[in-house]
Amino acid sequence: MSKKKQTILSPVITLVTISCLSAYILGYVHEKTLEPIKAAKDNQELQAIAEVVNEFDNNPFSEQMKITTKNKKHKLTMYPARKDGKLNSVAIKSYTNTGFGGRLEIMAGFNVDGSIKSFKVISGHETPGLGSKVDEPKFKEQFSGFYPAHQIMKVKQDGGEIDAVTAATISSRAVIKALERAYDAFSNFTTGNDADD
Amino acid sequence: MINASISNLTRGIFKENPTFVMLLGMCPTLGVSTSALNGLGMGLATAFVLIMSNIGISAVKRLIPDIVRIPSFIVIIASFVTVIEMLMQAYMPSLYQALGIYIPLIVVNCIILGRAEAFASKNSVWQSFLDAVGMGVGFTFALTTLGAIREILGNGSIFGWSFVGEEAHPMLLFIMPPGAFLALAGIIIVVNKIRGVK
Amino acid sequence: MSYLMIFITAIFVNNIILSQFLGICPFLGVSKRISTALGMGFAVMFVMTLATTVTYLIYYTFLQPYDLKFMTTVTFILVIASLVQMVELVIKKTSPALYQSLGIFLPLITTNCAVLGIALLTIQKNYTLIAGICYTLASAIGFTLAIVIFAGIRERLDRTDIPQALKGTPIVLISAALLSMAFMGFAGISY
Repeated sequence: MSKKKQTILSPVITLVTISCLSAYILGYVHEKTLEPIKAAKDNQELQAIAEVVNEFDNNPFSEQMKITTKNKKHKLTMYPARKDGKLNSVAIKSYTNTGFGGRLEIMAGFNVDGSIKSFKVISGHETPGLGSKVDEPKFKEQFSGFYPAHQIMKVKQDGGEIDAVTAATISSRAVIKALERAYDAFSNFTTGNDADD
Repeated sequence: MINASISNLTRGIFKENPTFVMLLGMCPTLGVSTSALNGLGMGLATAFVLIMSNIGISAVKRLIPDIVRIPSFIVIIASFVTVIEMLMQAYMPSLYQALGIYIPLIVVNCIILGRAEAFASKNSVWQSFLDAVGMGVGFTFALTTLGAIREILGNGSIFGWSFVGEEAHPMLLFIMPPGAFLALAGIIIVVNKIRGVK
Repeated sequence: MSYLMIFITAIFVNNIILSQFLGICPFLGVSKRISTALGMGFAVMFVMTLATTVTYLIYYTFLQPYDLKFMTTVTFILVIASLVQMVELVIKKTSPALYQSLGIFLPLITTNCAVLGIALLTIQKNYTLIAGICYTLASAIGFTLAIVIFAGIRERLDRTDIPQALKGTPIVLISAALLSMAFMGFAGISY
C-alpha cells in the first residue's frame, strides 16, 4: 500500500513542481514585458493615427474619446488631431467582422468637412498578397477626399464608385464596411456636438 | 565523439530534414509560409523553443517519473512558447500579428515533442543542444524556402521586394491555401529525386 | 452573427483543414481508409467539443478574472492532454466497443493542433459559450468532412497508375491542393 502510494505521489509532486516553476517564470517574463508590449501597441496605433490625419502638434492618443454609432450599437475610439489648438482632422479606430479572415481593424482618418482623408489597416487576417492589398496606395488613394455623405461608398460590383482590389472583393467590402461604421459614428458625433468645436 | 556531434548537428538540416523528409510540423509549414519573411520568423521562433526545450528536458530528464513524462514535457515546452510569444509581442509586433494563432500552436508542433521524446530524453545536454540547432536550422530553412517560392510565384516579390511591375499578374493561387500544398508537393518531388528515393 | 452562419462558415468557408491549416498531421496521416478517417473524425469531434467547453470555462472563471492570461497556452494544453487521457480511461471502462473503434486515435489527438487551435480561437473571437460550442462542433464536422472526402480520394488513388515521380507524398499533397481548391468555391457564401 505504502509503496503504491509513493508511486502515485512522486509523479504528482513532479508535475506540480514543474507547473509551479513554469507559472513563476512566466509571471516574471509577463511582468517584464508588460510595459514593452503596451508601448509597442501604443506606438503602432500612434503611427497609424499619424498616417491618416493632417499635421498635428497635440497628442491625439492622450485626447482619445469614445463615440457611438447612430443606433448606439457600436462604441469606437476617436483621436482628435489639432494644430495650434484648432481641430483639423480626427482618426477613428473602427472594425468589421466580415473580413475574409474574420475581424479586420482599421484606423480611419476624416477631415473636419466630413471627407475621408485616408485609412490604415491595423490588424486583420486577410490573405497576404491578395486581401492584404487593401492596405496599399492603389486601393487607398480612391478614398482620399471621398465624401461618404454625397458619394456612393461601395465597390463597383455593388453599384458604387470604388474599384475593388482584383480578386479580393470581400476584403475590399470589409474595409468599406469598417469605414462606413467609422463615418456613421463620426457624423453622429459632429451633429450631436455642434457647440463643441 | 566529435563525429557523433557533427552528425547530430547536421542530421536535421539535410538527411532527416523535419519538413521535407520527415513531414513533421505541417500545420505551421503550410499555414504561415505565404511569404519568405513569415517563414523565416516562424522558423526562428520554433527553433528557439526547440533549442530551449531540448536543453531543459535533457537537463531534468532523470528527475521526471516515466508516468508523467509527456505532461511534464508539454508544460516545459508550453512555457518556452509563452515566453517567446510575449517577447515577440513586445519587440516584434508586426511579425507577431502576421503569425497570429500559429505562435501558441508551436506547443503542438510534432517536431518539438518528437525531438524531446526521441532525443533529448535519452541524451546529454550538449548533444541535445546540437540536435535542436540542427533541426531548428532545417525547419527554418524549409519554411523560408517554401515561403520564398510561394511569394515569388504568387506575389512576384521576395522578402517584400517586388521585382515585377505594377501591372503584372502573378499566380495568386500560390499564396492561397491550395498553393501551399502544391508548392510543398513540388519541393518534395525535387528532394526525393536528390535523395534518390524511388 | 447567427449560429447558422457560424456553422456554415466553419464547415465550408473557413474549413479548419483546407483553409486554416489546423490538423494537417492527421489529415495526411490517418486518411488512407474511409473507415479510419471516420473514426478519427468522431474522436476529434468528441474531444474538441469537450476541450473547448472546459477550457472556455477555465479561461473565464480563473484566467481572466485573476489576470493570468499569460498562462493560457500552458493551461489549455495541460487540460487537453489530461482530458484525452481521462476520456480514454472512461471509454475503456464503460464501452469496450467504442474503445475498439476510437481508442487508437485518442493519444494522437493531444498533439493535434486543431484541438488547441480551436480552443484558442474560440477565446480570441470573443464568442459566448453557446456560440463557441457551435463553432467548435462545426469546425469538427468540417474536419471530419474534409478527412473523409480525402480518404475517399486516396482509396481511389491506390488503384491508379501514378507517375513514378509523384508516388507517395507528392500525389497526396497534390490531391489535397485540388480538394482545397474545390473548397475555395465556398468563399462567396460568407455574406
